[in-house]
Amino acid sequence: MSNREQAIVTITIGGLPITVRANDASFASILNKRYAGYVSSGAEAPYLLEADIVAAMRPAEEVELEVHREGDEWLMDRGDFRARWNPRARRGVVTQSANPYSIDSALRIIHSLELAKVGGFLLHAASAIRGNRAFLLSGVSGAGKTTITRLAPSDAIRLTDEISYIRPVDGEYCAFGTPFSGELGVPGENAVAPLAALYFLTQGLENRIAPMSRETAVSKLLRNILFFAHDEDLTSRVFRAACDFVESVELAQLIFRPDPEVWSLMA
Amino acid sequence: MSETFVRRSRKTASRMVGGEMVVLSVVDSSLFNLNETASILWQAADGRTPLRAIVEREIIPRFEVDAETAYRDALDLVRELGDQGILELADRPIEENR
Repeated sequence: MSNREQAIVTITIGGLPITVRANDASFASILNKRYAGYVSSGAEAPYLLEADIVAAMRPAEEVELEVHREGDEWLMDRGDFRARWNPRARRGVVTQSANPYSIDSALRIIHSLELAKVGGFLLHAASAIRGNRAFLLSGVSGAGKTTITRLAPSDAIRLTDEISYIRPVDGEYCAFGTPFSGELGVPGENAVAPLAALYFLTQGLENRIAPMSRETAVSKLLRNILFFAHDEDLTSRVFRAACDFVESVELAQLIFRPDPEVWSLMA
Repeated sequence: MSETFVRRSRKTASRMVGGEMVVLSVVDSSLFNLNETASILWQAADGRTPLRAIVEREIIPRFEVDAETAYRDALDLVRELGDQGILELADRPIEENR
């Protein structure tokens, strides 16, 4: 295969650049469109994901996602894609048809594995930057992540309405923008800021911040961390990361009504 | 009277958070927030010290409770944690490599 037939696109999320090298040149346009704002071309990044584009795979809904480890490698299978990722070698392969959804899932899993190595995680949370500090707004589906993101004032930099990217940078937790969107269907801004607070969303009749104990917060946090693999070592790492996080970040419950005024609590 | 020995399961991760011991089973990701008494027992559960000695050393001096009641309550508690799979119980010291 010559280079002319390949698609080479580097996708940088959370400061982690992964070059996707596909055996189908047309896949580049799919990646460039899906990850607009997060892509670059040129030299290959230290992380490489080979994409073996095939004519057809099974529909995603037919097979439940399975992620497990074999030696140094993580194996993923969801029917619509199969992938292997070696964190030590920083190399992997995904086999899928030419669509943006399969590689999106593979990238989320790869990022969650890489984040676990450095005390970070992907969290079911909207996030936005105001005044150079990031606010995480966490909750399960239906808690109001997309609603509160829609209500954000124009000076807020929206990082995501669905999946937040968190890792420590120089000893301080930071939130990064992600292209992983929810109902809003709009990728987040490719920006980063140190965390101001993590708020757990509860819809109510007023806008207020209610205190929350750290022991309660760690339970809620663990429930909302994206967790793909049933692996004891990985589970322990994520637990330690969650405990470290709740000990160093402001945590509370944000009771809110669907009203832009709620953002005055995050100024 | 037989002794009871208790040891934290190796299939757990734990951390004191906000004054409470939080324990995670890495087998099924169940999370347990232990109360003060359970936290004390958890920290002392080294597999070598008999439960009765743990109660005499760690529980009775902290709480206004007679020795027999304290031991009975502690036994109920460790059995419960044992049923949850996060604590190992045995009638003899639990070996390191077990």
